Amino acid sequence: MDTPSPTVPQDRDDGRNHPPHDTVDLPAQLPSALAQATGQSGVSSPPKAGNRIGDTLFLAASRGSGILLLCIMAAIAIFLGWQASKSIGSNHGNFFTTFEWNADATPPVFGIAVLLFGTVVSSVIAMAVAVPVAMGIALFISHYAPRRLAQPIAYLVDLLAAVPSIVYGLWGALFLVPHMNGLTSWMNDYLGWTYVFGQSDSVAGSAPRNLFTVGVLLAIMILPIITAVSREVFRQVPRMHEEAALALGATRWEMIRTAVLPFGRPGVISASMLGLGRALGETMAVATVLSPSDKLNLHIMDPGGGTFAQNIAAKFGEAFDNGRSALIASGLMLFVITLLVNAGARMIIARRKEFSGANA
Amino acid sequence: MAKRIDVSGLSAYYGSFKGIEDISMTIEPRSVTAFIGPSGCGKSTFLRTLNRMHEVIPGARVEGKVMLDDENLYGAGVDPVAVRRTVGMVFQRPNPFPTMSIYDNVVAGLRLAGVRKKSLLDAVVEKSLKGANLWNEVKDRLNKPGAGLSGGQQQRLCIARAIAVEPQVLLMDEPCSALDPISTLAVEDLIGELKSQFTIVIVTHNMQQAARVSDRTAFFNLAGVGQPGRLVEIDDTQRIFSNPSVQATEDYISGRFG
Repeated sequence: MDTPSPTVPQDRDDGRNHPPHDTVDLPAQLPSALAQATGQSGVSSPPKAGNRIGDTLFLAASRGSGILLLCIMAAIAIFLGWQASKSIGSNHGNFFTTFEWNADATPPVFGIAVLLFGTVVSSVIAMAVAVPVAMGIALFISHYAPRRLAQPIAYLVDLLAAVPSIVYGLWGALFLVPHMNGLTSWMNDYLGWTYVFGQSDSVAGSAPRNLFTVGVLLAIMILPIITAVSREVFRQVPRMHEEAALALGATRWEMIRTAVLPFGRPGVISASMLGLGRALGETMAVATVLSPSDKLNLHIMDPGGGTFAQNIAAKFGEAFDNGRSALIASGLMLFVITLLVNAGARMIIARRKEFSGANA
Repeated sequence: MAKRIDVSGLSAYYGSFKGIEDISMTIEPRSVTAFIGPSGCGKSTFLRTLNRMHEVIPGARVEGKVMLDDENLYGAGVDPVAVRRTVGMVFQRPNPFPTMSIYDNVVAGLRLAGVRKKSLLDAVVEKSLKGANLWNEVKDRLNKPGAGLSGGQQQRLCIARAIAVEPQVLLMDEPCSALDPISTLAVEDLIGELKSQFTIVIVTHNMQQAARVSDRTAFFNLAGVGQPGRLVEIDDTQRIFSNPSVQATEDYISGRFG
């Protein structure tokens, strides 16, 4: 096809996209019409690259935002590292293996063993409970529920994600804890042989202000965010891939297994990481439910233990100089753990990048 | 392996909208039947009723009978999932599963049917890819993603995936409309080879293509916007393109409308 005007390069594309039967009139009319639309005379040369003030501004703004983010991350790391180093030098215990936390005593003795264990255990329980349930809800909303039902449920889930953590904490302490008694003793009776889910005789019958209850509460807290993100990912699955599966003779569940879940996998991992981030750093809800102690107890049904965030919240108000630095050091550890977990998740996603569906 | 399709009095609805009305035709086994007609006349809708894919759209339903040899696809107690295993489908845009390798794409249907034996799967992969004229191009990279192939290769991969489950009928919904002329030629050649084993039904907007590949041609039309599509006539392709019995067909083929 003849291209109408060599001076205005974008005409070329427009000409080509027109249906063929228009081609006769096209060369004469299109340049002038386009010139009018863009406010240029027909003979002007194409605009120079430097003229576009909007592009320049946007480039500067977006580049600036990116650099700012890196600066903030670096500032946090430097601050935490500098503050932490002051206290770690004074520590008379081993920072990683000591159970107790007496940073303001003379000599100061403190360690993160109990906190690390409590944080990891409660988050693992939360993920183990929340991720499968969240995927179930997300799939129900995106693929099973009739539209009239799916919309309200989706709104409800979004609403739950916005509930402040202190509210979950109050609910956990006043409602969940008393109602966990039955489950705790049942698990002690039937799963006590696993040791982990057993209870020491000395605490049998006491309020289950333990890591297991914390994990369950955290699961409820992170459920909405994982659900909301997963649901959006499952909705993005192209209809043509679902139809491909159906046309091969897949049932609905098989269609979800062949087309939807593999496609949504990276998104679900990212969603879980968002949830895990909240679980690892959750402060108030843990502080209101857990009865903390400096004992590392593999019976997760026994009251006691602690988490990084809960320990900082509980101790910060009464801490003096070295105590604060020590708490900041524990905060740095939480920061490092979060980074490691996220890096791990990125690696899992990147490993199957070419199969991600992004190039489909 | 190939079965005859006998459609009688078939109408399909999207909610309250009637997409096609009262279609009856016979599709011969081991032949290629092409559907032509203007956009929106219900060719694709009709095609999708032949393997019960129409009803996966919310609110869509079908009235009438589709006999596959002696079995009514819309009879009481017929499982649509089983129908789709017997009547395979190739779509307009190539749609290999992006999360699967070439190998896994080909055996996806068999895996759904519960086949796990590695030696059997290997054999089917080779046979299906050879059947789709793709084997020589991909035999060294069966574990690479199917989405990494070119458009034409992806479409032949989809054909391989469809024939891997050895269906009775193969439905193709404008299989070449997203392909370049060379890939189109490859797929058309393939259709010519596949018709010795399968009953093939192809929807196409390209009348030369219909003339090249099909034995019989059905012309669909609609009375106006918002009206349901109807079958105008079905006849031997040669006859449709040289001496059709309905004036509308001749008008359409000679480009006087549509």
